[in-house]
Amino acid sequence: MASATQKAVGGKYMSIGATKATESKAPKGARSSGRAGKIANLESADVEFINVTKTFNDANAVDDLNLRVEAGEFFSLLGPSGCGKTTSLRMLGGFEDPTKGRILLGGQDVTNLPPYRRDVNTVFQSYALFPHLNVFENVAFGLRRQRIEKNEIKRRVGEMLEIVDLPNYEKRQSSQLSGGQQQRVALARALVNQPKLLLLDEPMSALDAKLRRQMQIELKRIQTQVGITFLYVTHDQEEAMTMSDRLAVMWHGRIEGMGSPKDVYDNPTTEFVASFLGASNLLAGSIVSTSGSRTTIAIDGGGTIVVPADRVPDLGGSAAVKVGVRPEKIGILPAGTAVAADHNSIGGRVRVSTFTGVGNQYIVETTLGVEVTAYAQNIGHQLAPRSGDEVVLSWPVEHTFTVKPLPTTVEINETEGD
Amino acid sequence: MEQPVPPDHPGRVTNRHHRRVGRALAPYLLSLPSGLWLLLLFLVPLVLMLSLSLKTCSPSTGACVMAWHWGEFSSEMSLYHQEFITSLYFAAASTVVDLIISFPIAYWIAFYGGRRKNFFLLMLLVPFFVSFVIRTIVWEFVLSNNGVILGALKHIHLLPSGFHILGTSYAVMAGLAYNYLPFTALPLYVALERIDRRVLEAAYDLYATKRVGFMKVIMPLAVPGIFAAFLLTFIPMFGDYVNQEILGGTSNTMIGTVIQNQFLVTLDYAGGASLSAILLVVALLGIFLYARLLGSRTIEQYL
Repeated sequence: MASATQKAVGGKYMSIGATKATESKAPKGARSSGRAGKIANLESADVEFINVTKTFNDANAVDDLNLRVEAGEFFSLLGPSGCGKTTSLRMLGGFEDPTKGRILLGGQDVTNLPPYRRDVNTVFQSYALFPHLNVFENVAFGLRRQRIEKNEIKRRVGEMLEIVDLPNYEKRQSSQLSGGQQQRVALARALVNQPKLLLLDEPMSALDAKLRRQMQIELKRIQTQVGITFLYVTHDQEEAMTMSDRLAVMWHGRIEGMGSPKDVYDNPTTEFVASFLGASNLLAGSIVSTSGSRTTIAIDGGGTIVVPADRVPDLGGSAAVKVGVRPEKIGILPAGTAVAADHNSIGGRVRVSTFTGVGNQYIVETTLGVEVTAYAQNIGHQLAPRSGDEVVLSWPVEHTFTVKPLPTTVEINETEGD
Repeated sequence: MEQPVPPDHPGRVTNRHHRRVGRALAPYLLSLPSGLWLLLLFLVPLVLMLSLSLKTCSPSTGACVMAWHWGEFSSEMSLYHQEFITSLYFAAASTVVDLIISFPIAYWIAFYGGRRKNFFLLMLLVPFFVSFVIRTIVWEFVLSNNGVILGALKHIHLLPSGFHILGTSYAVMAGLAYNYLPFTALPLYVALERIDRRVLEAAYDLYATKRVGFMKVIMPLAVPGIFAAFLLTFIPMFGDYVNQEILGGTSNTMIGTVIQNQFLVTLDYAGGASLSAILLVVALLGIFLYARLLGSRTIEQYL
């Protein structure tokens, strides 16, 4: 199907000019690289937030934000509702003015430029398609404002609709499209202008889970193909980790953790990141001693846990710390099993064992008086412990991290209102 | 506990039968109150009025006999076409004036009203809590030859002493425009309020300046509202007689005034009824046009 429509579109180019025709001829043979040949390697720009603060009614929505997104990067701003991620994106798009600070786009100060003078396009959360225009006119809207020549508009819109897999949808009204199709039109409408930076404001929040996963792969493909910077805002950690080159976890208008998804996940630097990004077992304790590359921490309920010394954050003089380990890093062994070298271990009794299909989730009442969640993949050859069984939890020291404890316990709200 | 009834029991059959009849009748029974209301207060008067236009009436007794006198329409039109044209002109001009005045008001409330939108709408409507006739009579005072405005302007010699507005077409149109302003402003407000702000942001994001955003997004999305406002204002203005009676003179009689005179003064019921029928047809044509151009469903959203 794809090759047939490519031919049709290719035919259209040939009437426009010889150069365009050869351009479109090339990808016809190879199917997979076919699309990539068309608008690859657009000019892309880096983004810089310098001490940006945005205040709404005396509350800081964004608090002294410093952030640098490299050109061509897929960068996600991740965080719960009201963390300032959308406000940051809107400031970059020009819909909000920062209270303080500067925003640079490709080295140029755009802090006070209106949206229509920025080389940035946005895919809105609700798609915000023009209800009075058909698909073609929706996608052509930005090109028409830039006074691009008619044939060129026709060519670029056709090309873009093919990239987002909506060929021959030009005449449809936006109300006749499904959610996923509307999203593709919104994406095409932004990308057709060949912006240096694409902003995406929770573009998948209205899609169902299956379609969302499909679009994630699709979006990543398109980003790799066009090569421009994507700044993606979401509250869905899985979405952010799946697509991003790097991500930043935001909370209360500040960045709590930043890096590659693996980095931020495996080595969270704050208690918030540890509990927001995936699940974590966090045990309160205090530092006892450091010898060589290992630091020993006494857990409040008794016992000690060893962590890599370089993962102990700056605690500002205090010894209080929280030790964390991800549930899937924990091995669950029958009581009395010898623990391997350079491993931490805690004894306990299984309280709840839940079969989740891909694995088993255990809640273990430990000898330290705290509950620890462990997760074992369903690979078939283990004998799953049942509730009431005595077990030993063990995990490599390398997989242990420490974070500075938050002053009070906080309720982390993962649901996104608006 | 109820005794279970065997399937072949005769009582069960009638029971089921009753239930089926009841279910079939339910929608009709539910629509009975509004149906009766429409029948008695809308359909019956309409049929009476239309049939009256075909009757001939005795000028002395006022008794009317059905005569299928279709010529009534053409003779009334030849007599009163000038008044029709005057009404058409006044209604059209005043509607345009209302659109021009109320668009900025509705736009401002819809886009910049913030939390006080309802308050501003109420302010727009407050004068209209006073009776229609009284408001018009107050306008008579306002526009009178030596009243607040003209009197003051004449006093400082900005206007010649013979200058007057009352009795002219302008007075009638001013009265019409004033009295029907909410009928224009409210549908416009609804249309503008309904425009998704994110769609507008999307336009700015796609290189539209404020002006282009207004022309290419706000205006096209406001068109159904503008048309609804036009209909809601134009149709009642077309048949209005109060403004002309109070503010107008003898040279600018509107068709509403003629109809009123025929019913109440000359007692020409057939003539009045046929002119009313013609008015009705004009109004229906307007609504038909709207439905054709913008779809019948959009009307419901504004009425």
